[in-house]
Amino acid sequence: MKALIKEFTKGIIRENPTFVLVLGLCPTLAVSVTVANGIGMGIAATFVLLGSSVIVSLVKDFIPGRIRIPCYIVIIATFVTIAEMSMKAYSPVLDRALGIYVPLIVVNCIVLGRAEAFACKNSMASSFFDGLGMGLGFTLALILISGIREFLGSGQLLGHTLIKGFEPIFVFGMPSGALLVIGLLLGFFNFLKNRKR
Amino acid sequence: MRDNLIVSGSPHIHKKASISRIMWTVVLSTIPAGIAGVIIFGWDALWIILVATIAAVSTEWAFESITRHKVTILDGSAVITGILLAYNLPPGVPLWLPAVGAVFSIIVGKAVFGGLGQNIFNPALVGRVFLMASWPKYMTTFPKPFNYDAVTSATPLAMLKEGKIPGHIPYLDLFLGNRGGCIGEVCILALLIGAAILLIKGYITWHIPLTYIFTTALLTYIFGAKQLFQGDWLFHILSGGLILGAFFMATDYVATPLTPKGQVIFGIGCGLITAVIRLWGGYPEGVSYAILMMNAATPFIDRYTRNRIYGT
Repeated sequence: MKALIKEFTKGIIRENPTFVLVLGLCPTLAVSVTVANGIGMGIAATFVLLGSSVIVSLVKDFIPGRIRIPCYIVIIATFVTIAEMSMKAYSPVLDRALGIYVPLIVVNCIVLGRAEAFACKNSMASSFFDGLGMGLGFTLALILISGIREFLGSGQLLGHTLIKGFEPIFVFGMPSGALLVIGLLLGFFNFLKNRKR
Repeated sequence: MRDNLIVSGSPHIHKKASISRIMWTVVLSTIPAGIAGVIIFGWDALWIILVATIAAVSTEWAFESITRHKVTILDGSAVITGILLAYNLPPGVPLWLPAVGAVFSIIVGKAVFGGLGQNIFNPALVGRVFLMASWPKYMTTFPKPFNYDAVTSATPLAMLKEGKIPGHIPYLDLFLGNRGGCIGEVCILALLIGAAILLIKGYITWHIPLTYIFTTALLTYIFGAKQLFQGDWLFHILSGGLILGAFFMATDYVATPLTPKGQVIFGIGCGLITAVIRLWGGYPEGVSYAILMMNAATPFIDRYTRNRIYGT
């Protein structure tokens, strides 16, 4: 049980997919304009990660080594299709906001990376907790980045204006703002890590 | 620059040039343009310069204290960043704008790369472009010169972009600064005085400024009008931030090539991009973007213009 909890918590800070492994930057850069988008993307990615990790760890003994990547892609694509269709059905606004980036979860490096680096070598239970932790870490990173960007770029948080008279810094709503925020956060986390040593 | 690096046999003469001496001389050489800006646009301009400078210096101090680096605010480089940023702002902006810009200049433009000597872009221009992208409304509203109320006027280059030919502005007015524009860029006379100080002292060389201005003039002369070779090149030299950019920002030591050959390429590249943006681009003025783009190309230029090692 202790080992499982460790698999779960490592994804949140110690091996955070965005800030430590630096995976999945494409959706992170693209959808982190508002917190709502960030949460939606995080949940969709977590769902896909969870499902694909579990299935990959279950069928790992039946997949020939040579064609494992195509097999992973088929498994991942199944879950992405489920996620996309549910999003279209229950939250069309979010689906329109995220656009092409939901289908693109298929090629998200976090999902593929965890299947290749973890799920194909470990048991179902530890893969489940690994996927959950990684998904949660990704979601938290997205919330942090999109929170900073939404607040600075439009003066709002989850659609509510926080400070009256605050003049939004447009650049943070643009792609350059995403790169800036991610770069500065990466630097900041590395700075904290080096200082602890 | 190159000659200073050749070490010959003794005896050696000690030259008093150091980072702080050069930086404070640059600060001195920008003062005439600042005085001219204050005369032309009133006390608002002075407050903007002071706010930007104080914000830049205190940000540098705060960042270096927090990250436990050596505090280097006395070398004057943060002061010059603040001053140059303020010179690139319109005189009517609210006072928080230069402060935010200076903080961004120092942190994102310089400190995150490792401080002075490590930055890949000119910090003051990083701040200006950030402000331009974030608050375009303030950054493109220019008060009328010698009119201390809030009357605005377009800059000569903006008029040109809108299709109004600013033929009624005499060259002498452009030269002395009687036009809309940023605080430090309008008075060409004062800028040239400062540039002369730097050139005489040997702190900058002619390579970048001259090739930069010449390329811009040539291209605007050839392509500036409806017919070829009819362009008003003198107007293009005297308006906008070309002189300020060419002498004070394109000559930044850190972010420009080391060899004279590289500096000539740098200057020509800046002139090319400036002329292209002015004549065909979406913005009326392209000096800051031109210099930043060439800053990004600097390591590349340096690699291909490396001096031959003696004896090989």
